[in-house]
Amino acid sequence: MNRTIAGQHIEFSDDGFMTDMQVWTQEIAVELAKEYGIELSEKHIAVLEFVRKKHREGVEMTLRLVGSSGITDIKEMYVLFPKRPLKLAALIAGIPKPSGCL
Amino acid sequence: MHIQVDAIHKICIICSKSGIEDVYSALILANGAVMEGMEANLFFTFFGLDAITKKRMKRLKTPAIGNPSLRFLNGLPFPSFLGFLPGVEAIISGSMHRRLEKKGIPGTEEFLQMITAGGGKLYACKLAMELFKLKKADLSDEIAGIITVGEFYEQCSGDRTQIIYI
Repeated sequence: MNRTIAGQHIEFSDDGFMTDMQVWTQEIAVELAKEYGIELSEKHIAVLEFVRKKHREGVEMTLRLVGSSGITDIKEMYVLFPKRPLKLAALIAGIPKPSGCL
Repeated sequence: MHIQVDAIHKICIICSKSGIEDVYSALILANGAVMEGMEANLFFTFFGLDAITKKRMKRLKTPAIGNPSLRFLNGLPFPSFLGFLPGVEAIISGSMHRRLEKKGIPGTEEFLQMITAGGGKLYACKLAMELFKLKKADLSDEIAGIITVGEFYEQCSGDRTQIIYI
C-alpha cells in the first residue's frame, strides 16, 4: 500500500507499518503521529530515535526496553503513545511491527 | 494500523496456581492485553496468591513431580522419581528463572508494575486470603483490592469481554 506523506511516496505494509525505515524523516513522523491524534514533543522524538537505533542494532523491541532507556518509563509511554504504546511508537518511528510479546 | 470493530475490549484473567509457568502465562496475557489497548483485570486466587505475596513472589517454582514436560538440557526425558530428591525442584526452578531473564522477561514484582502502568487492575481473592490467613500488608503494593468473586464478575461485565482461567 502506497501513500503520499509529507510530499513523499511511502510504502506501507498491510497493517500500516512503513516497509523501509531509511526513507523516514521527522516530517513523516509528525504526519503519521497526527493520524493517531498525537502531537510530537521532544520526548516523543527521543523515543522514536531510540527505537530506530535499537532496531538498527537488531535488538528485539519491547516496551520494557523503551521503559529502561532513561528517556521515559513505561507509565509515561502509555501517555505519550496512548493505548498501544509500543506498536504506535514503532509505527511512527518507521520500523516494522514489533514481533515480541512484551 | 487497522483496528477491528469487533476486537476484544476487555480481558479478565483468573490465576489460581503458583507454578512459574502458570503465573507467567497470566502475567504475559494481562500485559499483552494492556499493550494492545484492552482493559485487563487479573484475579489471584488460591495458590495463585503466591504471585502477589511479597514473601513468596520471588520464589515461584516449577513442579518437579508430576510434570511430564520436564527434560534434561540435552533433551532427554526427566524421570519423575528424580523430582523427589531434595533440591531438584530448586534447580529446575532456577533454570526456568534464568531462561525467562535471558529472554528479557521481568521478575514478578516488575511485571505487576508493568501491568498497572498500562492501567491493568490486579485483585486478590477475599476467600483465599482468609483461607491462607493473609493480610493486605502481605501483598504487593500493586494490588488494587481484595474482592469477592461477585465483585470480580462486576469488573468483568460488558460487551466484548473474555475471561481466561489459569
